[in-house]
Amino acid sequence: MSVLSLIIKREFIAKVRNKSFIVMTFLSPLLIVGMSFLIGYLVNMNNAEVKKVAIHDESGIFKNDFKDTKKTIYVDLSAMPLQVAKDTASKSYEGLIYIPKVNNPKELLTKVEYISDDSPSMDFIMSMEEVIDHQLTQNNLKELGFDYDKIEKAKTNASIHLTKFSGEDSIKGLNEIKIVIGSAFGYLIMMFIIIYGNFVMRSVIEEKTNRIIEIIISSVKPFQLMLGKIIGNSLAGLLQFTIWAIVGITLLIGVASFFGVQTGAQASINPEMINAAQQEMGGTMQSYIKEILNLPLGTLISCFVIYFIGGYFLYSSLYAAIGAAVDSETDSQQFLLPIIMPMMLGVYVGFFTVMNDPHGTVATVFSIIPLTAPIVMLMRIPFGVPWWQLVISITLLFGTFLLVVWFASKIYRVGILMYGKKPTWKELYKWLKY
Amino acid sequence: MSSILEVKNVVKQYGDYTALNSVSLKVPKGSIYGLLGPNGAGKTSLIRIINQITMPDSGEVILDGEKLAPHHVQHIGYMPEERGLYKTMKVGEQALYLAQLKGLSKAEAKKQLQYWFEKLEIQGWWNKKIQELSKGMAQKIQFVVTVLHQPKLLIFDEPFSGFDPVNANIIKDEILELKKKGSTIIFSTHRMESVEEMCDDIALIHKSNKLIEGKLIDVKKEHRTNAFEVGILSDNIERLMYELTQQFTLEQTNFKSLNDELKLEVQLGNGTPNALLNILTQNGQVTHFVEKIPSVNDIFIQTVSRK
Repeated sequence: MSVLSLIIKREFIAKVRNKSFIVMTFLSPLLIVGMSFLIGYLVNMNNAEVKKVAIHDESGIFKNDFKDTKKTIYVDLSAMPLQVAKDTASKSYEGLIYIPKVNNPKELLTKVEYISDDSPSMDFIMSMEEVIDHQLTQNNLKELGFDYDKIEKAKTNASIHLTKFSGEDSIKGLNEIKIVIGSAFGYLIMMFIIIYGNFVMRSVIEEKTNRIIEIIISSVKPFQLMLGKIIGNSLAGLLQFTIWAIVGITLLIGVASFFGVQTGAQASINPEMINAAQQEMGGTMQSYIKEILNLPLGTLISCFVIYFIGGYFLYSSLYAAIGAAVDSETDSQQFLLPIIMPMMLGVYVGFFTVMNDPHGTVATVFSIIPLTAPIVMLMRIPFGVPWWQLVISITLLFGTFLLVVWFASKIYRVGILMYGKKPTWKELYKWLKY
Repeated sequence: MSSILEVKNVVKQYGDYTALNSVSLKVPKGSIYGLLGPNGAGKTSLIRIINQITMPDSGEVILDGEKLAPHHVQHIGYMPEERGLYKTMKVGEQALYLAQLKGLSKAEAKKQLQYWFEKLEIQGWWNKKIQELSKGMAQKIQFVVTVLHQPKLLIFDEPFSGFDPVNANIIKDEILELKKKGSTIIFSTHRMESVEEMCDDIALIHKSNKLIEGKLIDVKKEHRTNAFEVGILSDNIERLMYELTQQFTLEQTNFKSLNDELKLEVQLGNGTPNALLNILTQNGQVTHFVEKIPSVNDIFIQTVSRK
């Protein structure tokens, strides 16, 4: 067996046998699925709470305009004197909407009060204001002699039909889907790099603090050791990712089908509406699925692999160099920041620019700069990227990768033999010349 | 005797700092060679170059007649001063891994490992992790992984540090046995008593330069001071002293003895031992007469403080 494969094997086995690795592998999917359901449950519970709000309308303008919603029930206390209504409301209601008596309804624009000890949500305030605006606008129109009903009828609601030049139908919301898919891939790469890059770094530091490093590199070249470490750890990472995917999907399907039965039972109160909604949903779902299948999936997946390898090797060799330069993980912080920065930049630039304009200058430039390309380019690919941009981006990525590996292995080679001091940036630069 | 290792004019610089200034050495085949020098003298730099961990800036290293090349790592066994093993790896797996990195096949490594485990009576440790072993026990494993691939050249950096006297003795015997089997051994150490006891040849490096090299006995001859320690029981000390000071330089000294005699260190100068002995025998009963041989320690301190 060659030396490199021996090292890869040892790194892989050492990682996989590690107790915390095993625990994390099987616990993380449970945690994530559990968390997401907990969050979902809590949100539901929050929404299920119904607020009772009292109305005291002295103006008589708002009769039944405050309509009950799922979250809010309005109770009219106009018959009571104001003070009694306030007392009642403070005891058994969420709040009181007080509409004073005015000469001119326009005064109501600023005179309506909401009395409550709890501060109301933005949503609720807006819904109240909407009701008031609606009623006052109607009043205004009437005063000016317009027929409100006719105006309502005259209102239109346009819907643009989206097609492609090829004549195919497209659907709305496709951009969002593309963003979600692209971001998911980009995010995945970033997570992988951060998690397993750290593994590599820790394993380098471990060898250094164990002092075994000198024995190992009296048998193999530092570069072989570094490469073996990166590959071994990434294989362990891939195994973990695969297990996560399998366990996660199984769990999701299991839990979703369990919950699915429950929601069905609850919804049986109004089966007709559900049916109608489902049919409509089904129709759109079908065209969504068709659209997703129309995405450049082949390109997406092969690019994912290419960018994944390029990005991971690029960054993890930097992680290895940092591990070699420092004596303990706490010392690594100052060197880690410049590594994490471009990744964060990639993710945020990706989210904000690609969504607005996938082929804009910023998005294009960031998808070509090697340090952000693995993340941003993957976000762009679902929107279709010209092949020449892909070629430039990938060539640059692998060119930089070779350069960085060379540079990292120099620092690594010197760093692993330096004990007991925390190097400065200047020293790292000096090491390059040794 | 031919040399197994020849270092020729090796220069190593780290930035502005010169770690090795054109150092040349010849390590005879089958010898135990002591590489001495104070801290920071350049010993570790030299050893790392021999192990191809770093490359010399200029000069070359010849191993057994060939210019040092990557495949030579399998002929060298190295135990660094900073001992280290994977703490969470099992002893057996770890030793196998390290032996395979040195180019042994798995089967061969296993065979050798069993031999050594039996020899050092540590068979029960195969499945233990290093972190479960005591420091001394881990040192034994370290020794085994160093010699496992039967290297021609063994380099031990401070081999006895960390061993209790019993284990140090076991390791010493193993090293002597390896020498008998034809291995050449380089010691890098500060412990002069082990040099005195075991080394055939020594080299002294100080401030990046080699100052002394040669057979231990030759080095000692070179550094002899021509001084004798004498003990004498005399009735007429005044006359004795008078006669002695006519020819020699004297100094009161001290050594262990059973008598309450006069103890002197005599510098012969141009005189001969016999002339000294004549005066002594004429004036009393000689109880002690020994040439003062410089210890390695004396040579070390003398040389280092002179420069």
